[in-house]
Order: sequence, then C-alpha cells, then structure tokens
Amino acid sequence: MSQDVGDLYCRIKQDKQIRLDAEFTCKAGEVMAVVGPSGGGKSTLLRMIAGLNQPESGEIRYGDMPWFKGDAKVNLTPQQRHLGYVPQHFGLFPNLTALENVVAALDHIPKSERVCRAKEWLERVNLHGLPDRLPANLSGGQRQRVALARALAREPSVLLLDEPFSAVDRETRERLYLELARLKEQLSIPVIMVTHDLNEALLLADNMILISQGKMLQQGIPQEVLTRPRNEAVAKQMGLRNLFDAHVIAQEEERQITWLKFGEHLIASTYFESLEVGTKVRWVIPNQGIRFNSIKQGRLCRSFNKLDITIDSMLTMGETVRIVASVKGVRHQINAEVPLHLAIKLELAKGVNTTVALKSELIHILEHQ
Amino acid sequence: MDWEALWLSIKLSSVTVLILIPFAILLSRYLAYHHFTGKSWIEALIMVPLVLPPTVIGYYLLVGLGSQSWFGLLLEELLGHQLVFHFSGLVVASILVNIPFAVQPIQRAFEAVPEDVRDAAACCGMSRLKVLFKIELPMVWPGVLTALVLCFSHVLGEFGVVLMMGGNIAGETKTIAISIYDSVQAFDFASAGQMSLVLLVFAVTVLAFTTSLSRRMGAAHVSRRR
Repeated sequence: MSQDVGDLYCRIKQDKQIRLDAEFTCKAGEVMAVVGPSGGGKSTLLRMIAGLNQPESGEIRYGDMPWFKGDAKVNLTPQQRHLGYVPQHFGLFPNLTALENVVAALDHIPKSERVCRAKEWLERVNLHGLPDRLPANLSGGQRQRVALARALAREPSVLLLDEPFSAVDRETRERLYLELARLKEQLSIPVIMVTHDLNEALLLADNMILISQGKMLQQGIPQEVLTRPRNEAVAKQMGLRNLFDAHVIAQEEERQITWLKFGEHLIASTYFESLEVGTKVRWVIPNQGIRFNSIKQGRLCRSFNKLDITIDSMLTMGETVRIVASVKGVRHQINAEVPLHLAIKLELAKGVNTTVALKSELIHILEHQ
Repeated sequence: MDWEALWLSIKLSSVTVLILIPFAILLSRYLAYHHFTGKSWIEALIMVPLVLPPTVIGYYLLVGLGSQSWFGLLLEELLGHQLVFHFSGLVVASILVNIPFAVQPIQRAFEAVPEDVRDAAACCGMSRLKVLFKIELPMVWPGVLTALVLCFSHVLGEFGVVLMMGGNIAGETKTIAISIYDSVQAFDFASAGQMSLVLLVFAVTVLAFTTSLSRRMGAAHVSRRR
C-alpha cells in the first residue's frame, strides 16, 4: 500500500432513526469483525464509516485525520475518505466489464497506468482470463473477487466489507475465506468486516465487536468474546445456550478458583475476584467446555465438575448431534453438540444416563446487567 | 395536407423534449434518491396534468401568462413579446403538461438502480456528475427513452392546451391537431383524413418501435443485473 497507514477510531452515538451507540478502534493491519443479528445496526455503522450516512454525533478519525466530527461540523464525503468498500451485493457496475469496474476506482493514478494496474489486481484476486466479462456473466464468487479487486486497487486507507460472503454459495465461501485470510497477511490497513456469522469472525478476524439493537455489547478477540461473554445478552448473541444460576460459596485466591453451588452440585469455575460469598450469579459454559463420559471406559473419574445427566433428546444434524439432557439434582437442562462419530462411540442415546464433566477454565461468571 | 402545421408540430415536440428531458432526469433522480417532508405533495403536483383537462391547464396559463397578469407583463417586457399566442408559449405549455410523462418513467428507472451500485460508485471516488453519466444513465436509459417517446408523441397530438394558449395562427401556433380540427370545421374531410392518418401511422410506428426496444433493453437490463 502506498498510502500512510493509521488506526481507525470510531465513536458514534445517535438516537433518532436507527439507534446506534458504539466506540472502538481498529488498528492498522487488523481485521475487525462487526458481529450481530440482522437489523442491529451493523451495516449502518459501516455506512457511517464510509461517509454514506451521517451520524448524529460522535467522531470518526483515521490516524490524525478527522473524517467526521459532530461538534466541529467536519464530515468528509466518501470520495474524500479514500476507502475501499465492498457492499453486500458487491455493487458492481452492470454496464462495465470486470476490468472497467476496477479501472473505475483508479482515478488516483495517471490514466495511462490504469488498465495495467487493474489487470494486476484482477490477477491478484485469482481472476484470470475474465477481464472482458460483464458482471452478469460472472459467478457469485467471481463477482465478489472483482468487487474486492476494485476496492483494493484504490489503495484505500480503510477496507470495509459488508457481509462479503453472504451472497455466495458454501463452496465458494470456503474458498474465499482462504483467499481473504491470505490477503489479510499482505494488507497493512484497518479492515472492518460486517457479518452475522460468528464463525466468520472466529476464522478471519483479529478483533470483534458485538452489536445488538444498535448497542455495542462487547469488544475483544473473537475467541475471548465467545468464552468470556461480558453478560447474558452477549452470551445469548454468541449462541451460548448453557446459562445457569448458582451461588458463590467459596473463593480460593491461591488456586484461582471460585466455588459455586449449582443445585446440589459443587462447581469450580475460573476465579472471579469481585464476588462475595453468598452472591447469586449467572454462569455460562461454551460447548467445547463440556466432556461426555464414556460409559464403557468410565473416564472423567478425576475431573472436577461432574454432573449426572439423562439424555432427553438427540438430533443428528449432518456430522454433529445436538443433545439436550436433564441434570440430576437441578431443574436445568444442558445443551451440547458432539461429533456424530463420538456419539456413536460413547453409545449416547435418548434416555441414557451418563456423566459430563465441565472444564473449570471454560466456566465463566457473567456480569450483572 | 397542411405540411406547415405538421412541421410546426414536429418542431414543437422536438423543442419540448430537448428542454424537458434533461430537466426531468435531474428532477427524477432527486425524487428517486431523496426522502423529505412534502415529497408526496410534490409528486402529486407533478401528476396533476394527468388528471386535469388540458383546457383547464390552458386556461390557467392563458390567464397567468397573458398581458392581464403582472407576471405576463413582466415576461413581455423581458422577452419583447407575449408568451400567449406565440410559439414559445406553446413550448412552455407543452413542457408543463408533459412533466408527468417525462418524470414518471425516469423516476422509476432511477429507483431501480441498486443502492449498492451508487454507494460503490461514491466509494470509488467518482463525482456525482461522473456517477450520473458513467453509471446511472447507462442503466436508466430505457426509462429516458420511454419518456422521450411518450412526450414527443403526446406533444404531437396535443390539442386543448395548444388551442387555449396559442389560438390558431398559421405558421406560429397552428399545429397539426388544430389543423385537423380546422379542416373538419370547413368540411374538408379529405385533408383531415390525410393528416389524421399521418398522425395515426406515426403514433403506431413510434409506439411499436419503443415497445420493442424497451422489451429488448429491459431483457438486457435484467440479465445485467442478475
């Protein structure tokens, strides 16, 4: 990238029309995923960064350069922000060929160099031999690549991707993940990617923010947000279904354990220092923190957090099995997903009584909302 | 056959579309992309000529632009002649009457341009003018062509408003529609029949050509957007 790179700082607050309240920094060279349910304000946020929508108040800054400053009445146009934007449906110009689409974004370099540069970018996104095709004659994946080449050819200060994989089939999507992951290593600019698919964030992003109903719920490394959700709303948005009530019964600072009373069970969780004994808490465990016992082999004998369960239902979905089981001694059900081969190996079936162990390090106590 | 009237009608149609279409493109684009208070009132106002009898519009124009009104006097002073009973008056009247025929198809065409495309164009650094000429006009031209043909044909056959505003001055305001009326009044049915046939053949030819072109362009447009 020829342009000087900087971090993108964004603080937006608005109450009218679409409610939005978010503050974050996306560092140069970092891919930040904006995750959340549909209609939560993700695309609006991206459009505001692009200068396509104007926020009511706040600040958007690239390096030291203000792009938007509500109080100082600064609001650069999308043209002045010099960014790369890939809309959800790619926004290719239907009357221009793939090559012309890329050339259209190259007004910042001399005319004589544009075609050559555009061809280079099409090659770089693995779009060989198709420069003269109109968008209508390209597949979904090829269109996506033309849009990406067009956005990157501009040598943008920031790259904005609005649900870049939602309009392509699964096979193409898998291939594009690899390509974006490869491209990511070559980019030294902030990249913001809107997605409602948490897996995309886990696969591709260095950092993520979770937005729901216009409110930023949490920011952090995707794996950390998944395993350490700040509160119940975040946990639910992250698809965590195992949320339970318990009481704190002891705090062991030396061993970094917080002991919880869950019905008649004792649960050891990661240490949560601000909690007093007797406090009622909500805790959560992601799927990867649940281990099933092998009935035949009787493993888990030395584990903490063993719970006796009865399997209420099992639903096979492709290569995984969704299990809902009642926990003995409490009125709660536990949800788990196990690979199909493991379910067969462990002879898991409806009505079977077995034991699960919960990994202490993945048990997380939620903040009060 | 009144060739002079036919020529005047073609001239009036050409001048009207030349002025009206560029104006309609800008107005339609604005209406298609912007939401503001009172938009539906403005759209209703644009549509009024569709439901109001042309003679009523002609009457208001005659009164509003004639030498009895201060505006008419002001225009007379500025232009050196009255707008009523003058070719330029016919042009003004034709433009006003044909605004809905021009705006409607073009506005619908602009509304069909995906927001993604417009956003991408802005983020590619294109100026508004460049976006209009390089991206939008190639996408909306079936709508522009429809508007052009509709307005041209409509002005060619316009009667009520032309009669009210321009009267019947040969070579100045006597269009082919008025000439047909004159011929019938004078029991010259042969001449009226000839002129009517010319208008009928012209109208059918133009409409058939436009329908076929629109269909072909529509198909191309849809396949481009797929």
